[in-house]
Amino acid sequence: MTINLKNVRFQYPDSPDKPVLDIPSWSVAPQEHVFVQGPSGGGKSTLLNLLSGMSVATRGEVSILGKKLDKMSGRQRDKFRAAHIGYVFQQFNLIPYLSPVENIELATHFAKHGKKNETLNAIEALLAKLNISSEHWHKKTIHLSSGQQQRVAIARALINKPELLIADEPTSSLDQDNRDNFMSVLMSLVDENKATLVFVSHDKSLSQYFSRIDALSDINCGSEAS
Amino acid sequence: MFFNLAIKSLLSRKGSVLLTLMAMTVSVFTLFAVEHIRYQAKENFANTVSGVDLIVGARTGSLNLLLYSVFHIGSPTNNVSWDTAEEITQNPNVKWVVPIALGDSHKGYRVTGTTAEFFEYFSYGNKHKLAFKQGRAFSEIFDVVVGADVAEKLSYAIGDEIILSHGVASTSFSRHDDKPFRIVGVLARTGTPIDQSLYVSLQGIEAIHIDWQQGVKIPGRNVTVEQINQLELVPESVTALMVGLNAKMATFRVQRQINDSTKEPLLAILPGVVLSELWQMMAVLENTLLLVALLVFVAALLGLSAMLLSSIRDREHEIKLLRVIGAPPYFLFLLIQLEALFITILSLVLGASLLVFALLVSQDFLVSQFGLHISSNILSQSALYFGGGIIIASILIAIIPSMKAYSKAKA
Repeated sequence: MTINLKNVRFQYPDSPDKPVLDIPSWSVAPQEHVFVQGPSGGGKSTLLNLLSGMSVATRGEVSILGKKLDKMSGRQRDKFRAAHIGYVFQQFNLIPYLSPVENIELATHFAKHGKKNETLNAIEALLAKLNISSEHWHKKTIHLSSGQQQRVAIARALINKPELLIADEPTSSLDQDNRDNFMSVLMSLVDENKATLVFVSHDKSLSQYFSRIDALSDINCGSEAS
Repeated sequence: MFFNLAIKSLLSRKGSVLLTLMAMTVSVFTLFAVEHIRYQAKENFANTVSGVDLIVGARTGSLNLLLYSVFHIGSPTNNVSWDTAEEITQNPNVKWVVPIALGDSHKGYRVTGTTAEFFEYFSYGNKHKLAFKQGRAFSEIFDVVVGADVAEKLSYAIGDEIILSHGVASTSFSRHDDKPFRIVGVLARTGTPIDQSLYVSLQGIEAIHIDWQQGVKIPGRNVTVEQINQLELVPESVTALMVGLNAKMATFRVQRQINDSTKEPLLAILPGVVLSELWQMMAVLENTLLLVALLVFVAALLGLSAMLLSSIRDREHEIKLLRVIGAPPYFLFLLIQLEALFITILSLVLGASLLVFALLVSQDFLVSQFGLHISSNILSQSALYFGGGIIIASILIAIIPSMKAYSKAKA
């Protein structure tokens, strides 16, 4: 299993009686594409933080690619995340004062693999595949359109060939055309990389791209209870 | 990658970074300038005279006597009569006496009338004797020896004829133009007021004033150079005397004898003692200046810290992003530290360059107005300590914003 959650509970220290997240069991198989549908405030970001190892469950077991994140140190989780998990946000996916190439290089820096030359070739190939014209490659990302920025974000998230890609409302800031374009390149690249995809959105219309659709409210008993 | 990130991040916030950089540069400049000038002025003053045991002049303040006789600052209140000068020379404890007569100038440079022994006995710095770069000491009445700066600034060489002016103003209308002097020697550079002086014999000073009275030329009276050479020229009085003794032990005794003289109100000073008195008076001013410079620096550092701290609030997304691609929290701590370090090092370089430039520009002014030779070489041990201290202080103060970034990354 790529993702395996067992009796996972997350609560803030100041309100121990109201867990933000209470997941008895949830798992995702390798190369599965899961659409997690739910409104914001339903424990969505907490779930994603747990999956990416940004935070640790209060109790329970979070295992990603067979590794128990809750047993790792902070530094180990940072390294694990850099090498094995790709992440695309709703917006602010790129450092505005760096170029697309530099942004992607930064992601490879923390994963620490590959030679500089090879990396650059891979980055350029990926950007070309994502339909980013080469004139933008070395310009600050702040000058890119939001559609272009989100596509560069896919490249940044996939450059280290992660087994797991997490996308958090990545299309919310895009218009219809850009959204369709984004979804199709995302799905094809995820397939190409044989990655597992967890895609979170409140937008039901996107579920057409997915074989498995989970409602956050079905997974999470904690939020419902509150 | 790390450096690249820090530099580009700073460049992306040009406005606030530039202002902080300017504040830091100004404070570094002030700090270095105060320290450098303080050190240099001290060296300068301390090095101006050595090997002279006593300076004797008309009764006045000891500081005043030192300033006008050695530094050529201010004017003498009265003269010492030639008889008294002879009498002091006769004192068994006295090894040598070099009289000096001031009051004339050449194009703003002061002329000192003295004896050829001046070149033999006077020393500066760590007992350095005066040396001739070219030529020799004066021997004829109308011979003149010029200091290194005078020769350089006015491009004088051996054999040139020059006219002396009456008084010490840089533009004098009373010129001794009927009796030109010939340059026979150029002194090697000393870094003291000697470089800005011209030296003639006491007879030369007498000769140019022979047909003068009360500071003006008497019309119709014209003593020719030939006539002067026939005369036995003995000065009536001199401005001050530099005295060397046979034994240091006798210094205070001779000083008391001269100060107690009833014939003429005289003052004898120990130049080293008065120099250190002068320095003690300056110490308060010096420390105040240093304190102000330090406060300016602290203010600039706080500005740096505040700028970085407020930048972190604008960079929350950036921090989250770096975390998600695997940056550990200490990476963010170091990133902010590096940004602070860049600004500090750049301001050190800029502030120091600005100081060197300012010193180069103001060197002539300082020399001509205050007789201060401030070297434009600001590299010294204390400058290195200051530089190191500045860097350490900036690292310490940058802990505040860096911890903020760290805790944001942790959350």
